[in-house]
Amino acid sequence: MRYLPKSPADREAMLKSMGARSIDDLFKSIPAEYRLNRDLKVPRQMAESEIVDWFRERSRENGDGQASFLGAGAYSHYRPVIIDSLISRGEFLTAYTPYQAEISQGTLQSIFEFQTMICELTGMEVANASMYDGSTAAAEAVMMAVRLTGRRSVVIARSVHPEYREVLATYAFHQGMPLVTVPFADSGRLDANAVEKAITADTACLLIQSPNFFGCIEDVEALAEIAHRKGAMLVVSIAEAVSLGIVEPPRSADIIAMEAQSFGVPMTFGGPYCGVIATREAYVRQLPGRLVGQTTDRSGKRGFVLTLATREQHIRREKATSNICTNQALVALMANIFMTIYGKVGLKELARQNLAKAAYAAQQFGKQATVLFSAAPRFNEIVVQTREDPYAINSRLLGHKIVGGFPLKKFYPELGNASLWCCTELTTRSTIDTAVGVVAESESSETSAADEATVAEVAK
Amino acid sequence: MSKHMTRKATRHVNQNEGLIFEKSSPGKAAWKLPPLDVPEVDAAKLLGRSERKNLGNMPEVSEIEIIRHFTRLSTWNYAIDLGMYPLGSCTMKYNPRVNEVVSRLDGIANGHPYQPEKISQGALRIIKTLSDCLTEITGMDAITLQPAAGAHGELTGLLMVRAYHDSKGKPRKKVLIPDSAHGTNPATAAMVGYAIENLKSNSSGIVDTGMLEAQMNEDVAALMLTNPNTLGVFEQEIHKIADILHAKGGLLYMDGANMNALVGKVRPGDFGVDLMHLNLHKTFSTPHGGGGPGSGPVAIKKFLEPFLPKPVLISKSDSTLGFEYDRPQSIGRVRSFYGNFGMFVRALAYILANGPEGLRQTTEDAVLNANYIRKGLEGTYELPYKSPSMHEVVCSDKLQAKKGVRTMDIAKRLIDYGFHPYTTAFPLIVPGAMMIEPTESESKEELDLFVEAMHSIAQEVEEDAEMVRSAPHSTRVSRLDETAAARNPVLRWKP
Repeated sequence: MRYLPKSPADREAMLKSMGARSIDDLFKSIPAEYRLNRDLKVPRQMAESEIVDWFRERSRENGDGQASFLGAGAYSHYRPVIIDSLISRGEFLTAYTPYQAEISQGTLQSIFEFQTMICELTGMEVANASMYDGSTAAAEAVMMAVRLTGRRSVVIARSVHPEYREVLATYAFHQGMPLVTVPFADSGRLDANAVEKAITADTACLLIQSPNFFGCIEDVEALAEIAHRKGAMLVVSIAEAVSLGIVEPPRSADIIAMEAQSFGVPMTFGGPYCGVIATREAYVRQLPGRLVGQTTDRSGKRGFVLTLATREQHIRREKATSNICTNQALVALMANIFMTIYGKVGLKELARQNLAKAAYAAQQFGKQATVLFSAAPRFNEIVVQTREDPYAINSRLLGHKIVGGFPLKKFYPELGNASLWCCTELTTRSTIDTAVGVVAESESSETSAADEATVAEVAK
Repeated sequence: MSKHMTRKATRHVNQNEGLIFEKSSPGKAAWKLPPLDVPEVDAAKLLGRSERKNLGNMPEVSEIEIIRHFTRLSTWNYAIDLGMYPLGSCTMKYNPRVNEVVSRLDGIANGHPYQPEKISQGALRIIKTLSDCLTEITGMDAITLQPAAGAHGELTGLLMVRAYHDSKGKPRKKVLIPDSAHGTNPATAAMVGYAIENLKSNSSGIVDTGMLEAQMNEDVAALMLTNPNTLGVFEQEIHKIADILHAKGGLLYMDGANMNALVGKVRPGDFGVDLMHLNLHKTFSTPHGGGGPGSGPVAIKKFLEPFLPKPVLISKSDSTLGFEYDRPQSIGRVRSFYGNFGMFVRALAYILANGPEGLRQTTEDAVLNANYIRKGLEGTYELPYKSPSMHEVVCSDKLQAKKGVRTMDIAKRLIDYGFHPYTTAFPLIVPGAMMIEPTESESKEELDLFVEAMHSIAQEVEEDAEMVRSAPHSTRVSRLDETAAARNPVLRWKP
């Protein structure tokens, strides 16, 4: 086996040195009746070239080479090549959690820089080293608000990513945390009146997402005012991190739960991604996950360590703020490098291109179909309502090597044939035009097929 | 200092480097966007008061500065690629590079989780193949790959335990956890709303079945057991343990953190385990990356299948693969999308590179290496439990403590010898624990150097205890003031 650095003679010598006759002597503590006396039924040992071929085959079966309008929590942005050059260094790739600070300063300093940049971008005072992803970060942020307020129930916007809401429901189920969902208004933004009514004296926090699942930017200030007036916290989930380049961060939030996948992390069919929680300094002792702090060594030299570990499971066991241990360090490093590359000016310009592409798409789609929630400020996603089933339209688009928008009826049956279309800096004008063309054909054939009454209804 | 010091490591110059913010100045850039092919927009008009005008202190640096910055930082880290990383219960094994190559193939790295199933068959086939391999390796019946790490797998497993008991009409109140367990076990049980009851180990360091019998009743939902346990000892009475639990309707949950001792030699499903998690970032070679990403699949027996997180991967009648969402008894979702898919790719590449004989040989070598170290350290370091070791060995600092040198001091001194320290002060049942797991990735030469270094340190303890207590002496920074860091936290850079 090519990963094993021992010759048969080495093994023999080692066994002999400890007085064992065969390797089986070392497995004697396993009762004989449970020992496996056959080969595992797994594929035979493959050569490296065969492994690469096998995965190439899978890669080809997986939509390799399509243009895509999918967003909805996983975003396609350009990944500068130096991200992979740097994270492939064995000293980052093959290191453990930096508990031994003296030989982990590289990882520790880079996390400190990551925490700093997340604070700069979110307007918060502290950020942790990472969480599993945006969904679990949101769930843990909500649990943090429950601990901080001593209240039990949670109000969640229906415009938060549906899978994030599902994860929160799973986490909350056995914690006696009643969840109340508030609807979005016709504008696509949260219904402030409904929020006002839903928040009670037992509400720990209001959880919203901005830009929300439909791409609309919420009126965070107004929602914060309502929540705070009633003694509840505001937790804001951010699924599209690039929006922070041009959208004002939710500074009036108490806790921000982010997904940093957009910052240079490949989509890889849903993971690994990078969740982060950022909050105010006053709440740091209720923050889950790892934190890096600055300190000095014995000669006064600056250095970094994992800190405030008394929040964590390895010290506090069942009284910890969370059970999280291994998190997403290498993915956070990708995000860190991405943020460093684009920086103060580039991130803004990148976000501006996203904004422009989505605005162009909205304008073009708007000529052929209905763009919902068009009055609300949006970042890079738009909702397009068609007459035809979006799955049918998408199936035709696939013929043009284009993956169409995400049909919303799976999560929002009330939105009928609406789809969520995402445009990033990688979406070309010609792809948008082709997609709009296919939608236009669909709309006109549906229109001519429909009877007068339906047309009149839609026109109204 | 010791005459052996230079055998494994030699001091060499490495570069100083400040924080990236200290290199920033306006007008430097490491990015270039293509010309916009759609009309420019007025952000103020589109976004109104939501428009962001200022990005604060985000850095402005050039590409070469970024390359040097992170390369310099990287040289301050120890890594498996540099040498033995004997952290007990962490399984720091070699991370094969072909894993990295295949996880970056275009169709895999660029696959969107919501792309149509028709063009996701490659990804689904990877999930299916890995699932099949892992259920075979564990001897279980079904599996979910959704959990993002070991602790997340524990959470998923205990949620399923709870859902199962609920379905029987009584959720039960508590979870038994041995005193040798990882901190994640009690933290997880608390998150699922269970009370934690401590289970004392016997004098051999394994579960005391008499105590278990006495503590077991119909309020107990499950026992969370690590096997081999954190002493590296196989729970020989495992089936008796399972029987005691099952007789009163409880479930046996296995923490699979130490599965590297078992693969290909024995299967938890065959010795009475009802459900367990695996750590793909330990046993199955996916890189630790400085603290993640991990992946914590949960393998289960058939009767727990209805409670699996959704969606569940299924084979359809047309022989394509797809996800099933209609699972009325499911515990729900524990993560968005389908889990850390990129780690599935790497773990499967590892399994394919090994095949059945490679997996077995790997386990045998891991156990051989741990026992070789045990033999080498015997007499020099105290061995608190004499039970046979599997993949890791736990010593203590009892002999060195007489000179005022503790496990952390010895660990820090190992750094000067060119090794990463072992796990210190864990498991909690061993005062001054030194938990050593070499994994299969170490050659006889590297193990000999390690044993030699440990002997040399023991001698230094006798000759110059203070020198050991103030180690490391060869690193960029000496021991850091953790107390000050926690008392007055500085968690971000400020201009």
